[in-house]
Amino acid sequence: MDPAAIFARLQTLVGDAVKDFTTEATKDAYCKVVPEKWHDVAKVLRDDEQLKFDFLQCVTGLDWPKQSILQCVYHLYSYPLKHSFVVKADLPRDNPVIASVADLWAAADWNEREQFDLVGIGFSGHPDLRRVMLPDDWEGHPLRKDWKEPACYREMPTTRVSPLEMLLAYDKAPADKKHLPIVVEGGAPPSKEAEG
Amino acid sequence: MSELVFAYEDSGEEMTLNMGPQHPSTHGVIRFIIKTDGEIMHEAIPDVGYLHRSIEHIAEKCTYEGFMPYTDRVDYVCAMTANHAWALAVEKLGDLKVPERGEYLRVISDELNRISSHTIALGAMAMDIGATTPFMYILREREYVNDLLEALCGARLTYNYHRIGGVGWDMPSGWRDKCLQWMDHFEPVIDEFDRLIAQNELFIKRLANLAPVTAEEAISYGLVGPNLRASGVDFDVRRDVPYSIYPKLQFEVPIGKGQMGAVGDCWDRYFVRIEEWKQSVRILRQCLDQIEKTDKAFWTPPKKLKPKSDAYARVEAARGDMGCYVVGDGAANAYRARFRTGSFNAMRIIQAKSKGCMVADLVALIASLDIVAPEIDR
Repeated sequence: MDPAAIFARLQTLVGDAVKDFTTEATKDAYCKVVPEKWHDVAKVLRDDEQLKFDFLQCVTGLDWPKQSILQCVYHLYSYPLKHSFVVKADLPRDNPVIASVADLWAAADWNEREQFDLVGIGFSGHPDLRRVMLPDDWEGHPLRKDWKEPACYREMPTTRVSPLEMLLAYDKAPADKKHLPIVVEGGAPPSKEAEG
Repeated sequence: MSELVFAYEDSGEEMTLNMGPQHPSTHGVIRFIIKTDGEIMHEAIPDVGYLHRSIEHIAEKCTYEGFMPYTDRVDYVCAMTANHAWALAVEKLGDLKVPERGEYLRVISDELNRISSHTIALGAMAMDIGATTPFMYILREREYVNDLLEALCGARLTYNYHRIGGVGWDMPSGWRDKCLQWMDHFEPVIDEFDRLIAQNELFIKRLANLAPVTAEEAISYGLVGPNLRASGVDFDVRRDVPYSIYPKLQFEVPIGKGQMGAVGDCWDRYFVRIEEWKQSVRILRQCLDQIEKTDKAFWTPPKKLKPKSDAYARVEAARGDMGCYVVGDGAANAYRARFRTGSFNAMRIIQAKSKGCMVADLVALIASLDIVAPEIDR
């Protein structure tokens, strides 16, 4: 089935839970889903005889700070019927939570964990929602547009001075101070051992 | 061995073992927390992220063209197909056309890289379960492929060969003959390698009936590529979601039949990759034959690439269906890029399949799923 037919079929089955079928400004036609009804829609997508989306290819989280939303994009494919479809859900940025579909597609488990980790989307009903890529004590979600890298992680500086700048600073230093640690503006402060 | 497993009774003393992150047989930095009672595992919980380099974040920071070298690092064992996935997604985003010769060169480089990636997969699989010799034998073939790819693009591992709108260089003079010559040498080697281990009693005993994955499980867990086909699902992106010039080429899609045990066991995953070698050689021969008739142009550099759209492209990488989702918002760099990789999803199934396996079989299971650490973590 082509995406328009899939959307029509979906509308007859779930009604208003899906909306805004779009083919413009996108290369893969998609529709929006009401976040509260996503789990029901997903079940229909997987189980309906004419849809049979048995393969959840990809879960992607997107941050749109201007519209103040986080978007969750699901790419689906059907092995028996060989068609694909894209579903997007807009979540409010202050409470980005959507139902987990890990009980429908096992692949959703880790994919959702990854998006929780990197983008900060919550998946309600997820069996094991922990960080997967980053350490457990990491703060923030790096793929959000307003994320700023902290200067230190566990007292380790996260930035490093360019070796070229260090070389230039060494050249400029007066001869009697060349043995001291090189301090470059904007770089990490020298550690205490180096100062002593 | 199976009799032993059934005769075994739980002593009730569960012990927690740590395997990795620096374990010689986990192929890179992967860690498992194993809950085991004696030799029989209750669960192996994968702990990933040690190689996370935030490639998707880097994609937002550099231009569409400038990101190409980073895609090599998504999967450094089969970098060409990662190049291809990115190029395909961006070309779909910007409605770009690739000259025919460029498409042929892409497919040639993809298939050569698939062969070299499978040499690692199968050689390492044999080595992990105790046969060191096949690894040495087959790595010699990989050296030849690396030489060919080095002549093509100057690098042996991270190629950066594909470009948005084509490929970086045409093949050098005499390269086609060298490639054909190597394939004449390689085809008998496939059978030789197969004879060396596949019919070996020990090899079969270790792999047959080990951790069989049914077709439904494979689909639900999102297994792709050879792992999916080993479970009996007849699907190949090259054939079913055609891209590049694959529709012009003839090849078969090998699937697991359960010759030595259950369908989708570790032996089937081995067998499917052996068959894929043969198909890759077949594709290469057709490409090298047809590329003679194409024009000289192999690259149409994009003039202005500032798309405002989103696109998802799929390629058949050595570890299966690699998806690349790119969102553009009218700037010269991507607003968001996402790589969907085979190993990340394959890693999840290990936790489900490890229950009741022996600790030593976990190594065979990891190897049979052809997991490559950078592809998990990206």
